[in-house]
Amino acid sequence: MLIAFGLVMVYPLLWMIASSIKPDALIFRDPSLLPTKTDFGHYSEGWSALSHPFGVYLLNSAIVVLGALLGNLVSCSMAAYAFARLKFRGRPFFFGMMMLTLMVPVYVLIIPQYVMYSKIEWVNTFLPLIVPKFLATDAFFIFLMVQFFRGLPTELDEAAKIDGAGYWRIYFRILLPISLPALATTAIFTFIWTWNDFLSQLIYLTKPELQTAPVALRNYVDATSGASWGSLFAMSVVTLIPVFIVFLVGQRYLVKGIATTGMK
Amino acid sequence: MLRRPLSRAARKEERTAWVFLLPWFVGMAGVTLGPMIASLYFSMTDYNLLSSPKWVGFENYGKMLDDPRLRQSLSVTFIYVVLSVPLLLAVALALAMVLNRGIKGLAFYRSVYYLPSLLGASVAVGILWRQVFGTDGLVNKFLGLFGVDGPGWISNPDTALYSLVILHVWTFGSSMVIFLAGLRQIPEQYYEAAALDGAGRLHQFRHVTLPLLTPIIFFNLVLQVISSFQSFTQAFVVSGGTGGPSDSTLFYSLYLYDEGFGRLHMGYASAMAWLLVVIVGFLTAINFYFSKRWVFYGDGK
Repeated sequence: MLIAFGLVMVYPLLWMIASSIKPDALIFRDPSLLPTKTDFGHYSEGWSALSHPFGVYLLNSAIVVLGALLGNLVSCSMAAYAFARLKFRGRPFFFGMMMLTLMVPVYVLIIPQYVMYSKIEWVNTFLPLIVPKFLATDAFFIFLMVQFFRGLPTELDEAAKIDGAGYWRIYFRILLPISLPALATTAIFTFIWTWNDFLSQLIYLTKPELQTAPVALRNYVDATSGASWGSLFAMSVVTLIPVFIVFLVGQRYLVKGIATTGMK
Repeated sequence: MLRRPLSRAARKEERTAWVFLLPWFVGMAGVTLGPMIASLYFSMTDYNLLSSPKWVGFENYGKMLDDPRLRQSLSVTFIYVVLSVPLLLAVALALAMVLNRGIKGLAFYRSVYYLPSLLGASVAVGILWRQVFGTDGLVNKFLGLFGVDGPGWISNPDTALYSLVILHVWTFGSSMVIFLAGLRQIPEQYYEAAALDGAGRLHQFRHVTLPLLTPIIFFNLVLQVISSFQSFTQAFVVSGGTGGPSDSTLFYSLYLYDEGFGRLHMGYASAMAWLLVVIVGFLTAINFYFSKRWVFYGDGK
């Protein structure tokens, strides 16, 4: 039963992979998973079907993802350290404010943000997708790390303080190293969400040479208008591979991360 | 307590805290709060990005009242949320219960069920869905085995939305993992005690598992309603960016995008965004209000 259900769940994905190496004529005639005839030509065809080689789009996606990842790790852990470990006036107020921003629908922000970024001529650069991440705008990850830091014994900090360590030293040398699980969870979720993200990349990157993989893939649908499903599937598979690898490597952290904070 | 002047050490701690929070403050002011205020202002203007905003007061909000496409997009989105969220939660809970029985290969099944929820938001899966539910897609191939000649699910306005509902239910894995974690927390003794009292499986589920799980069901419900009300990518990809056929998959977010970035009605789109805030806030409030009737917190709160 469980196996059957699992198979139904992943069948479309497996079928997509199988179809990407089948000759076009066979894709719809033969719904089986093991292709009788294989044809890897779809991959080279899809790779060079748009105005730039598909590698360019993958590279753009990688730049955006790495920027977002670095930004989230640095800025969210800093904010979380202050919220979890340091005393300052107004802490409950600011913490509540941070939690409230979790509920703000992104659609309230995208229009004024777009106006702002177009005024400072950041449209068609990677900056609108990366700079906000360095400003701790993903409150979810601050929350995740605050939860993690709170679970660590404060004796650690106090012992270090007695040894003469300052706050920065405690943050860098004590909290961050033992918080690797929380940092890993943040890194993995940032990777997957940013890699899959579509709306903001669609809005800000309109020049073909700057487009990311999801946007390019979407344009490919229009370009082929259903003529070559094989190569469309081939490029779809290519864009899913990084997510799949991160999933395999980071499963442990993903499962723990959603179980403790309850996000997808 | 009397407010004493801060000691030197406390002042130093406070200064350090501000430094650590500096990026967050800048982001809060510049990327979140500032734009929110600007959005409220834009929502009362006529603005096309090229010329400066023209104040129109509440005109945009008035216009929303008799905009048939807005009504259509609201009803599409409501149907989508009302159908997919309960279905998704039911599937997630059912599978979590089965997996929690301590079967062999738990980690493997968990991964298989979880994977779609990571891929589900991607453009690639949207493209796949177009195909799976297309006229000669996988679904119709399967129905063909039973001699049923299925329609083109995506191209038919009566069925297109349901293919998106199924896509959303397909991503039940993350909720399932949260349920699994919750089921683990239920002490074994409760079941033993129930069994001693002669409670069967069904009774145990009804009177032990379900009540103890209600906080987690509630949590999942709130999250799912908020996020699925804002779904965008899949409706965009599956409908080719139009919300078609005949606006049958015109999600609220898709219509908002079309008004704002397609037609450059930035003022109207901002007003729509604020209506979305009100709706999402209202749905969350309703959820919290009714939660008192069915959510059970063990500590009596």
